[in-house]
Amino acid sequence: MHARADTAASWPEEIFSILQRFEVRQVPYVPDAGHSQLIERVLGSSSMRGIALTTEEEGVALLAGAWAGGQRGVLLMQSSGVGNCINMLSLVQIFRLPFLTLVTMRGEWGEFNPWQVPMGSNTQGILELSGIKVLRASHPEEVREVVEAGAAQAYNACTPTAVLLSQRLIGAKVFTK
Amino acid sequence: MSQANLLDRRAVVSELLKDRKGAFAVGGLGASTYDIAAAGDHDRNFYLWGGMGGAVMIGLGLALAQPTLPVVVITGDGEMLMGVGSLATVGLQQPKNLSIIVLDNEAYGETGGQASHTGGPADLVGVAKACGIGDSRAISTMAEVEAFASSLQDVTAGPRFASAKIDGANLERVLSSRDGTYLVNRIRGSIGHTPI
Repeated sequence: MHARADTAASWPEEIFSILQRFEVRQVPYVPDAGHSQLIERVLGSSSMRGIALTTEEEGVALLAGAWAGGQRGVLLMQSSGVGNCINMLSLVQIFRLPFLTLVTMRGEWGEFNPWQVPMGSNTQGILELSGIKVLRASHPEEVREVVEAGAAQAYNACTPTAVLLSQRLIGAKVFTK
Repeated sequence: MSQANLLDRRAVVSELLKDRKGAFAVGGLGASTYDIAAAGDHDRNFYLWGGMGGAVMIGLGLALAQPTLPVVVITGDGEMLMGVGSLATVGLQQPKNLSIIVLDNEAYGETGGQASHTGGPADLVGVAKACGIGDSRAISTMAEVEAFASSLQDVTAGPRFASAKIDGANLERVLSSRDGTYLVNRIRGSIGHTPI
């Protein structure tokens, strides 16, 4: 187990480059510490629009509208947010969306907060039951190729895909008084 | 349930879409989708048969992708209440080409007419205004519907929100296509996108 590092990791930058290459335009998100570097990058970008949501299911619906309007998007959320999306994930199958979500994981790998564990343990199962292919990156050096593969199959083959960014990769959140 | 002082939902939607030009129309799950179908099928109609609470967000995604074309979301009070947070998201994004109108019968008409929160203290116009949608109004006459219909063509002054209190009578269902992939590809085709 390792705690979250204070220094900036390079993999969020690699994800940003991949999203640029795939011409992603709309990036809905509910903030998560594990996504903070990528969110900052998106908000500072001229080609992507970061869209803060009140709940993750809004992002699924937003991406359906974006696709109808000719734009690609990616939903950034934490594992607990996957639970908030369940019914709205119907749209992904119904519209055959080129759906891509990047999910930072909680409730695993050295978790401190037991409240994160039930949803974190069910995240992959819920996504798969909802018809979404799940890929996972656990080490910094594999993030680029996993996200690239996820983006390629989502956007080129309309195969809905979630990439789980493991807590082992992000580092467990440290709770101090 | 029919009351003389309330607007007829089909007349409202038909007026909204009568001179729509290039506008996209997103219909919330339930009677709003039937109302849009009753006004006439169109390549740019986005009928929803599920995803309750998602109509405004679909409209937002479309509006951000196509900023020069008007997008109007036509939905019911129950559908709007389920996605009420999306008004805060719209307020933050300020899409100039997005208009939202709630056909408010203060009830869940599709499931037997159970009372909704808008028959009680919930005030959707107040919510929309408080979320930063400056142009938020209550509509009670057909003249106001006409004014809203012409304003939604202005893609430089949105977002705008309206709530029209409508007669709660259940009307004959007018069924649109419910094949989502067909509908989305038809919308995409109307703006020049070919299937993958």
